[in-house]
Amino acid sequence: MNNSIVQLRNVVKRFDDVLAVEKMDLDIEEGTLVTLLGPSGCGKTTILRMIAGLEDCSEGDIYIKGKRVNDVPVHKRNLGMIFQDYALFPHKTIYDNVAFGLKYRDVSKAEIKKRVTRALETVRLPGVEFRKPAQLSGGQQQRIALARAIVIEPDVLLMDEPLSALDENLREEMRQEVDNLQSELGITTIFVTHDQREALSMSDNIIVMKDGLKQQEGGPEEVYDAPVNHFVADFLGHCNFYACRILGRENGLLKVEVADGKTLYSEHDEGWDVGKELELLVRAQKIEVVARGDTIPDTEVNIFDGIVKSRMYMGGEAWYFVELQDGTVVHAISISREFPFRDKDAVTLHIPPRHCRLIPKET
Amino acid sequence: MTQEKSWKPWALLSPALTAVFFFLVVPTLFVIVYSFWLRAPTGQDIPAFQFSNYAKFFADMFYPGLLIRTIRVALEAVALSLIMGYIPAYFFSQTKSKHKNMLIILILLPFWVSFIIRAMSWINILGDTGLINYVLLKLHIIANPISMLYNEGSVLMGLVQFLLPFMILNIYVSLEGIDKNLVPAAKSLGCTEWQAFKEVTLPLSLPGVSAGSLLVFVLAAGTYLPPMILGGPQNAMMANMVFKRVIGTLDWPFGSAISVILLVLIGLIVYAYNRYLGISQIFKSLS
Repeated sequence: MNNSIVQLRNVVKRFDDVLAVEKMDLDIEEGTLVTLLGPSGCGKTTILRMIAGLEDCSEGDIYIKGKRVNDVPVHKRNLGMIFQDYALFPHKTIYDNVAFGLKYRDVSKAEIKKRVTRALETVRLPGVEFRKPAQLSGGQQQRIALARAIVIEPDVLLMDEPLSALDENLREEMRQEVDNLQSELGITTIFVTHDQREALSMSDNIIVMKDGLKQQEGGPEEVYDAPVNHFVADFLGHCNFYACRILGRENGLLKVEVADGKTLYSEHDEGWDVGKELELLVRAQKIEVVARGDTIPDTEVNIFDGIVKSRMYMGGEAWYFVELQDGTVVHAISISREFPFRDKDAVTLHIPPRHCRLIPKET
Repeated sequence: MTQEKSWKPWALLSPALTAVFFFLVVPTLFVIVYSFWLRAPTGQDIPAFQFSNYAKFFADMFYPGLLIRTIRVALEAVALSLIMGYIPAYFFSQTKSKHKNMLIILILLPFWVSFIIRAMSWINILGDTGLINYVLLKLHIIANPISMLYNEGSVLMGLVQFLLPFMILNIYVSLEGIDKNLVPAAKSLGCTEWQAFKEVTLPLSLPGVSAGSLLVFVLAAGTYLPPMILGGPQNAMMANMVFKRVIGTLDWPFGSAISVILLVLIGLIVYAYNRYLGISQIFKSLS
């Protein structure tokens, strides 16, 4: 853990009476891209601004490169910051925008020129030096903001929802670009977003937040496949949730009973006592949907018959809401080349035991 | 369709345009025409087209000196309201207080009181028997009243208290329009608070500063009441001379010529401003 370039210890932030961040501990390793993910108002931007020095912390300590920076003002922290609306200086040329940070760093004129040119090449926008920001498109402006931040060779790059002002296609392109640039330059990056796809596709590590509290921290697969609670599971994608009770163990699988008497088998087992009440969750994408009567190979458990109640065609995928005989509705997302089922078709669902997760019951 | 609708804006503007035409354009034209008339020694105004009124204005340094003083006082008013206006405008743009709108309304509050009353009230404060002198005399700090009225300083004070809101609002509007992330961005790149102000806030507020300055200058240059109420004879400005000629000596042709000279001068300044800086900024702050 001594690899950490940014550390937060017991950081608390209060605005008047509102608790924005509650006891945050964070370790960010050098060279990684870490995402703070959560809905608006969860405190993620506040944490970023505290690391940047734009907000003071009410309690706790922040360390950058092992040095406590609570009392170090913004301009001495050597951080690159990127804002949602680019925050380019509208009255300055692109050259002066990118050169801005170097001007305050005792760099010679010739060296500034060299580094600005190189930074513009890095973001693939050479030759725009003498334009004004308003003459560039949104995507180009965001690249200039990136160039302006990396040209000072910051210890950490802080990005506050940098892509959310862009339209969908551009956002995907920029997402790749930021990701490539980050791994190319090996620059430690803290990325704030409410977009789970952005977080999953770019991050080495994701910190999921809610109401100022860290909910879970881990790699993208980990937070997606093994969420620790209802909020994390729900925030990262479509889920089916069922209250359930542990019945026992059979053939190495955990046997649980869901509310209305159905039994399911789960591979996920953390040694809970029989009778323990939990919540069972299954991602909609993990449920197989086949025509009634078709066989499902290699399994006899977790198979349920149902009727397609409604179907939503989404282009690359189809959403099925399948009503089981007892009235439960299961949300299944099928990702395949064809979507043969229509409303009222009889289907069979298979919920693979290895994709069943058990989490604490919501209180 | 555009054909059909092109008259509509004009129809909607017509009441205002009619008023402006009859109550502003026509009287101004009268004044311009009058300025070429001849004043007979008998006191009659004789229609004519000749330049003797203008020649009289530039005959010696008295009237041009008045013009120069008018411009100087107007520029002093601009400078003072700029310094005194920028700080509250900056405060309004930065404050997170929930009373912000209330404070801005307070800025406009003096407009609810007649300007004459506001100017007169200064006499009760600064006059020889006014509040300040009364207190100082009673406390035996001074033996004789200090003369604080009827000089350029008191005229300027009257001007500034009247013009300051125009300056504050103009600057406030342009400060408000600055992206709130620009200063944090500048700071993250290595600027101190003061450097960020110089690099970002100040240059981006210049449109408001120049719009406010123009407005204050034009209003101050044409002003008439503050020098009359708070100034002495030596503080008269162009508008006071117009009053003196037209109402005092009933010399309409010469009074008109003075008005036209002031009008042309201010017109040229506004034209130059619009040419190089654009006048639209002023409308932004007034809306």
